[in-house]
Amino acid sequence: MINAVGEPQSVLVLGGGSDIAGAVLRALPAPRLERVVLAGRRSPALEARAAELRGRGISDVEIVDFDARDTTAHGPLVDGVFNRGDIDVVILAFGILGDQASLEADPAAAVDLVTVNYVGAVSSGLHVARRLRAQGHGRLVVLSSVAGDRARRANFVYGSSKAGLDAFAQGLGDAVAGSGASVLVVRPGFVRTSMTEGLAEAPFATDADAVAAVVVTALGKGRETVYAPGVLRPVMGAIKVLPRAVFRRLPG
Amino acid sequence: MLTGWGRTSPTSAMTLAVSDEADVVAAVAAQAERPTRGILARGLGRSYGDSAQDGGGVVLDMTGLSGVTRTQSRVRAQAGASLDALLRRFVPEGYFVPVTPGTRFVTVGGAIAADIHGKNHHVEGSFGTHVRSLALVTGTADAITAGPGERSEEFWATVGGMGLTGVITEAEFDLLPIETSRMRVDTERFDDLETLMAAMAEGDHRYRYSVAWVDSLSATGRGVLTRGDHAALADLSSRVGDPLAYDPRPRLAAPAWMPTGLLNRASVRAFNEAWFRKAPRRRTGEIQSIPAFFHPLDGVRHWNRVYGRAGFLQYQFVVPDHAGELVGQALQRLRAAGAPSFLTVLKRFGDGNAAPLSFPRAGWTLAADVPAGIAGLGDVLDGLDAAVVAAGGRHYLAKDSRMSAATLASGYPRLAEWQAVRARLDPRGVFRSDQARRLGLAVG
Repeated sequence: MINAVGEPQSVLVLGGGSDIAGAVLRALPAPRLERVVLAGRRSPALEARAAELRGRGISDVEIVDFDARDTTAHGPLVDGVFNRGDIDVVILAFGILGDQASLEADPAAAVDLVTVNYVGAVSSGLHVARRLRAQGHGRLVVLSSVAGDRARRANFVYGSSKAGLDAFAQGLGDAVAGSGASVLVVRPGFVRTSMTEGLAEAPFATDADAVAAVVVTALGKGRETVYAPGVLRPVMGAIKVLPRAVFRRLPG
Repeated sequence: MLTGWGRTSPTSAMTLAVSDEADVVAAVAAQAERPTRGILARGLGRSYGDSAQDGGGVVLDMTGLSGVTRTQSRVRAQAGASLDALLRRFVPEGYFVPVTPGTRFVTVGGAIAADIHGKNHHVEGSFGTHVRSLALVTGTADAITAGPGERSEEFWATVGGMGLTGVITEAEFDLLPIETSRMRVDTERFDDLETLMAAMAEGDHRYRYSVAWVDSLSATGRGVLTRGDHAALADLSSRVGDPLAYDPRPRLAAPAWMPTGLLNRASVRAFNEAWFRKAPRRRTGEIQSIPAFFHPLDGVRHWNRVYGRAGFLQYQFVVPDHAGELVGQALQRLRAAGAPSFLTVLKRFGDGNAAPLSFPRAGWTLAADVPAGIAGLGDVLDGLDAAVVAAGGRHYLAKDSRMSAATLASGYPRLAEWQAVRARLDPRGVFRSDQARRLGLAVG
């Protein structure tokens, strides 16, 4: 249960290796945090994250194998996690960025990206929502992206997957309204993480800890949609209404 | 969506209105057959935190079980009957409830489940102390009766048991005969906490009722002590018409939507200043009405809305006499945290009763309302929790919305004993609440 001062007891991260999710785990008020489930592909980095969480005194830290592409496994996986006890906060954090030129040259790779970012999120998100509804409480945090607000030439495969994810997450939030569960859609801009390493920074670039701070504040206030940094809300509002001819000529 | 009075941590459950014991038995039997997210009785929702909610489960709205009968001073009330209803009916007949908290909008079932206390605790103990017997639907859907002399373990586990040993459907207890519906009240103002506490320690035993309000924002801990008893006929002037007339109608209502931030240090400071100045330095024998003396906040319906969307919590603890300095320390730490509280109440408890989870024990109890959204509040209260349990104190489950399982276990050393009785009454763990889940109260 999340208590009256906003302290959760249990967190599930889908995409347990995500840098932003890791930052959120550090930023969440943790005095009551006793259980963290990291769902992802086993790796030394994921093991290190689990060890770090245990080192912080969280007694029950578990890694479960999760592949966003393997949608038939999502139901049993989510049920297994929730059957062991309520989950207060679920962070849907997995996703791949891809390289636009390669994706255009290799449609199969584009399909894989879209499968992970969108199809995998629809599948796991619906299973999570089913369990949150059943327990009558809990928050699903969906890491979307400003790239989904309007797909750009430079990364429209990724952008379209995030547009789909974002629309799905908003609809899911409406669907669970009144059930005790709720959905927080997070739209970060360019975040300096391992996913974006080596890429040229976009304007208003931020880092994972700053995004995490925005997420934790939004959770505390019960918000449903949040940009990180917040200035991107008006910026994207303006970009969304630009005429195509102008938008196409924007740098990047 | 259900919350407690503090309007924090909402969860959703299936609410089922019940109107007799058979309804309760049927609902519990359905859960016992196929346990899912559990079942829990709920009264008027006056516990502050998540005691009377059960996310994803079944919540029984008990207010339909409201039948009441009286034979002399012995009353038999169904669990959903409110103290408000009892007072409306019995004050004009010359009887008062044995214990009333700061609100009369609590049910008999809730009063027992939380083992509520009032201004008379130092003399007459908590509500459960006055209960002669109760009817309970257990986790196996059996209707049993229990009392201090019959199935006493089950009885005392149910008193203060927060609804986790079964659904209380009915109870018998004794009313207090009164000559008038008025209170005879002595009021004293103190410029600092030390003299206030000294006056309470020295003179509370002379009064049936005693409570102090403390100015949470004053560095000295100034306060107003009000003590009194039911007025006798001889105390009333001949101008008073019906000596047992009782009219508790609310005068005001807070609007459904309140802006957050209305309650801030400035507004609370102004309120506290006015409240302190309003009290006379010393006045004796003032005649007051029952609502004015016991339930002033019930005069403003939905007053909990003044805290806005973020809601609020009430921090209440008790410490033994030898740790009385914790009262001042707690006030100081809350003040330092920037937690404005306009309802800060200090009282001396008498001895506790036999219930393992009953809150009151001899010593000092402090209760402070705090807006839940204050930055850093969780850590400040965790620090206070540690000091309270280290001093042999504990926290009130009916107010709790945030403590840790470890704090609970330290404060209630008889927890395991209670859990063993609960396991007998509810072997399949049918009775659940969000609070029980949060605190690991209902294991299994």
